[in-house]
Amino acid sequence: MAASASVEARLLGAMVPVAHRVVSRVQETTDTWTLELEPLGERIRPRAGQFDMLYAFGVGEVPISTSGDHDGDGRLTHTIRAVGAVTRALCALEPGAVVGVRGPFGTEWPLDEATGGDLVVVAGGIGLAPLRPAVRHALARRDDYGAVSVLVGARTPQDLLFVHELEAWRGRLDVEVDVAVDAAAPGWHGRVGLVTTLIPGAVIDPPRASALVCGPEVMMTFVVRALVGRGVPLERIWVSMERNMRCAVGHCGHCQLGPTLICRDGAVFPAAAMTRLMEVREL
Amino acid sequence: MHRLDELIADAPVFAGLGTGDLTLIAGCAQNVGFEEGELLFREGEPADTFYVVRRGRVSLELHTPARGGLVIDTLEPGEVVGWSWLFEPYVWHFDARAATPLRAIAFDGACLRGKCEDDKALGYELMKRFAQVMIDRLQHARVRLLDVYGGVGVG
Repeated sequence: MAASASVEARLLGAMVPVAHRVVSRVQETTDTWTLELEPLGERIRPRAGQFDMLYAFGVGEVPISTSGDHDGDGRLTHTIRAVGAVTRALCALEPGAVVGVRGPFGTEWPLDEATGGDLVVVAGGIGLAPLRPAVRHALARRDDYGAVSVLVGARTPQDLLFVHELEAWRGRLDVEVDVAVDAAAPGWHGRVGLVTTLIPGAVIDPPRASALVCGPEVMMTFVVRALVGRGVPLERIWVSMERNMRCAVGHCGHCQLGPTLICRDGAVFPAAAMTRLMEVREL
Repeated sequence: MHRLDELIADAPVFAGLGTGDLTLIAGCAQNVGFEEGELLFREGEPADTFYVVRRGRVSLELHTPARGGLVIDTLEPGEVVGWSWLFEPYVWHFDARAATPLRAIAFDGACLRGKCEDDKALGYELMKRFAQVMIDRLQHARVRLLDVYGGVGVG
């Protein structure tokens, strides 16, 4: 009975948003903004790969992965693409506005498990946002990893997130950063093609590499195939899944994918557990 | 200093061909260089030369009156630039431009077609290899039609 009450209290706590004030709002692309939020109550500390539920009062709540570091002052960083009513409302918030935040939820990128070998990070579109904390972590603890390779795909050069940070990473001598876009105006010096075209040239030792992949599911399907084709063991590849998460605690079932609930069991999963499910048309 | 047939043997599209075939192909080839921004060929022009990239990057461009230019693909070291030399009416469908300073091997398409006519075994072998290049590019183009970075647009 006492245990049941304790579970109930924990669940109730997870369902109560903590008010946060918008400190800054930075436009990344035509439809994507990064919000920095400071807590007006309890501090929330998501780790790389985890997500928070952001509540635009009077509009609704959406799951958004952390896109920053949260070791210090309790501020949260979330990068949001305006694709629906709630995300449009969140992206329109000005500094000083207040949002509700629940979290952190979900699994983390396996950054400790990846130490000692090469690390390849493959991001598509908005998928770079959940991976940015992982890259920052790896670069801050650079000696813990072998070669580090960051491969980024986007529709056009104008759709690339965190361009200045990508340039800063590329300026380092100890990390490889490569970008591919679907199409570009003449004068673009980078690669045009799928992000998968970057995988054969990545400077990694595939059998001892770990791969972190985030982007739309169709992109991740092709990336996982290409990584396995390159020789990266399937059990060393992780993907971050996105489904219709509502409660974030595994109760409502909206984010069910086969036998898993994305919010409870993920959103970061071993690719081996997901690739078969991702290819089932009915799911 | 590598000989031309040795450089050609390093290109994936010609990998594994015998010495005799490589010598025949090398007879239609020469080393070339382009400055950044220079055109290798232009849409609508006769497709009489194709290239294998040695160093640098080539962009394939489409131009439309309303939208201007668009880079639709880029080609890297080892990749083939152009297959229209192999098929009638032997006319380029895109512009190809050096996106960076470029070193490449240029092949006289008419010369190589003639050798393929004379040596059907070589012709069949090259046709299979260029068909593979075309299939790979077609599959990439089809996947890009999915707009793989578009997401599902909920929330």
